Amino acid sequence: MIKAEWFYWLVGAVFIVMALQMFRDTTNPKRYGTGAFWGLLGICFVYSTWVVNKQAPAQPLGVAVLVIAALAGFGLTGRGTAEGTAPEQREASAARYGNKLFIPALCIPVVAVLCSVLVKRWHINGMPLLEKDSETLLGLGIGSLVALVVGMILLRERRVSVPLHAGRSMLESMGWALVLPQMLAILGAIFATAGVGDQIGKITTHLLPDGQKYTAVAVYCIGMALFTVIMGNAFAAFPVMTAAVGWPVLIEQAHANPAVVLAVGMLAGFCGTLLTPMAANFNLVPAALLELKDTYGPIKAQAPTAVAMLACSIAIMSVFAF
Amino acid sequence: MLVLLGVLVVVLGFATKRNPLLVVAISGIVTAGIDGQSPNEILTTFGSSFATSRSVTVFVITLPVIGLLERYGLREQGRILITRLARLTTGRLLALYLLLRQVTAAFGLMSIGGPAQTVRPLIAPMAEGAAERRYGKLPDKVRERVRSMAASADNVGAFFGEDIFLAVGSILLITGFANATYHTHLEPLKLALWAIPSAVCALIIHGGRLLHQDRRLARELKPLTTGTTTDTTTGTTTGAGTSEEAGA
Repeated sequence: MIKAEWFYWLVGAVFIVMALQMFRDTTNPKRYGTGAFWGLLGICFVYSTWVVNKQAPAQPLGVAVLVIAALAGFGLTGRGTAEGTAPEQREASAARYGNKLFIPALCIPVVAVLCSVLVKRWHINGMPLLEKDSETLLGLGIGSLVALVVGMILLRERRVSVPLHAGRSMLESMGWALVLPQMLAILGAIFATAGVGDQIGKITTHLLPDGQKYTAVAVYCIGMALFTVIMGNAFAAFPVMTAAVGWPVLIEQAHANPAVVLAVGMLAGFCGTLLTPMAANFNLVPAALLELKDTYGPIKAQAPTAVAMLACSIAIMSVFAF
Repeated sequence: MLVLLGVLVVVLGFATKRNPLLVVAISGIVTAGIDGQSPNEILTTFGSSFATSRSVTVFVITLPVIGLLERYGLREQGRILITRLARLTTGRLLALYLLLRQVTAAFGLMSIGGPAQTVRPLIAPMAEGAAERRYGKLPDKVRERVRSMAASADNVGAFFGEDIFLAVGSILLITGFANATYHTHLEPLKLALWAIPSAVCALIIHGGRLLHQDRRLARELKPLTTGTTTDTTTGTTTGAGTSEEAGA
């Protein structure tokens, strides 16, 4: 049986190998901090296996996570100069391979879907081939490996170091932002145990007449959007609003379909992202790139769509969740 | 009620533009502290929730292959595909870009588009060029609006396309959070499927608004009184001019 933990070890190993490359990258003025950040993350990925199985204490992992946050938070990470191909080389290569370049990339989602739909049912000696409940995740891993092999054959690239270097430089350019969703998931769990959602839930149920599930749908969606406007990130709003309204009121009381509520709820949050200057990389950066006099130009262009999409989210959830 | 201070920490942290990773970590410590957890318990919470939320970060495994393809001209090929749309009107061009952005994002190809990669060098100049071909030099206000609409097409397309790809951060965050907090089991694939209705709505609404730009331009600006034959020649010259601009 292929286990999900094996996949996590693979991801951890990728982080550690890339961290070793970063330590040796003299073009990066902060190479030790950067290497420590990703190396520690890789070790955490592997160590977590024993924490999940309750065979190792979680405290060392907690310390490591805080160190990772501090390394990034105090600006100790940076990036080296990426050694890539020149634009002319890439243009020549694009002309040579054409749309074939898309084939490896499309392998990833295709294999992932095949695994979660088809391979899910395969058994060997009575055991499922893929660990139960992790089929999609394993599909992503297998799909990426398949795509890598297909890509290397198609492009006649023999050195494994080439994709690793390319991946590392993408990792460096994303930087700490890559760890933020996981950090927000941790915060969500803490908020949940500390009862932050319950408190907001109490306030909302106080304001909400009992049993009005459609009003609760509207409160959840609008709350997601408003909280996202404040926090600048739907990922940060999601755990709070879900613990407040989404889970207790919609899913537990009104027996809504969790997949619909949570998927559409997140998208309602994205409507907030379209509206807020706090989401700087989506709204202010394009304004600067396009040399607009009005920094809020993109937000103004998006506002009617965002409001209409919020209404759509409420409608979709109302129709399909119950 | 005191635990809501943790939310305040996040709001203040983001408002003062501190590093989000640090803000979130501090808010977690503050909230757990107010909740009465000991330092030992706080570390345990951080550690065990990190371990159960690893699925959010595993999309990293796709980076080497995407990086490899980009080295061999994946972005340039995406650009060539878009350039084939050069003869369209402003509204139709932007609506098509919206569709293309949604579809590629749904296949996990997020880095093909983006404000720096495609909007500034390609989409905005092409949208402006299409309007100039028809109406001559654009007033500043109109030019700003066309550029803003180009930026919006990229954002809306990316936001309401990416969630159909099951390995995107937000889908994995939803499953990671719900499965860990509520001890349930949610499949990424199911969530991805429920992102489709919103994606269709976004395409219709924003696509419609982008197409409407053509009528708005026609109402606000007087078309050049040249015929269709000269239209094509001015088209090529404007096209060349804008691509030079884009290179700068």
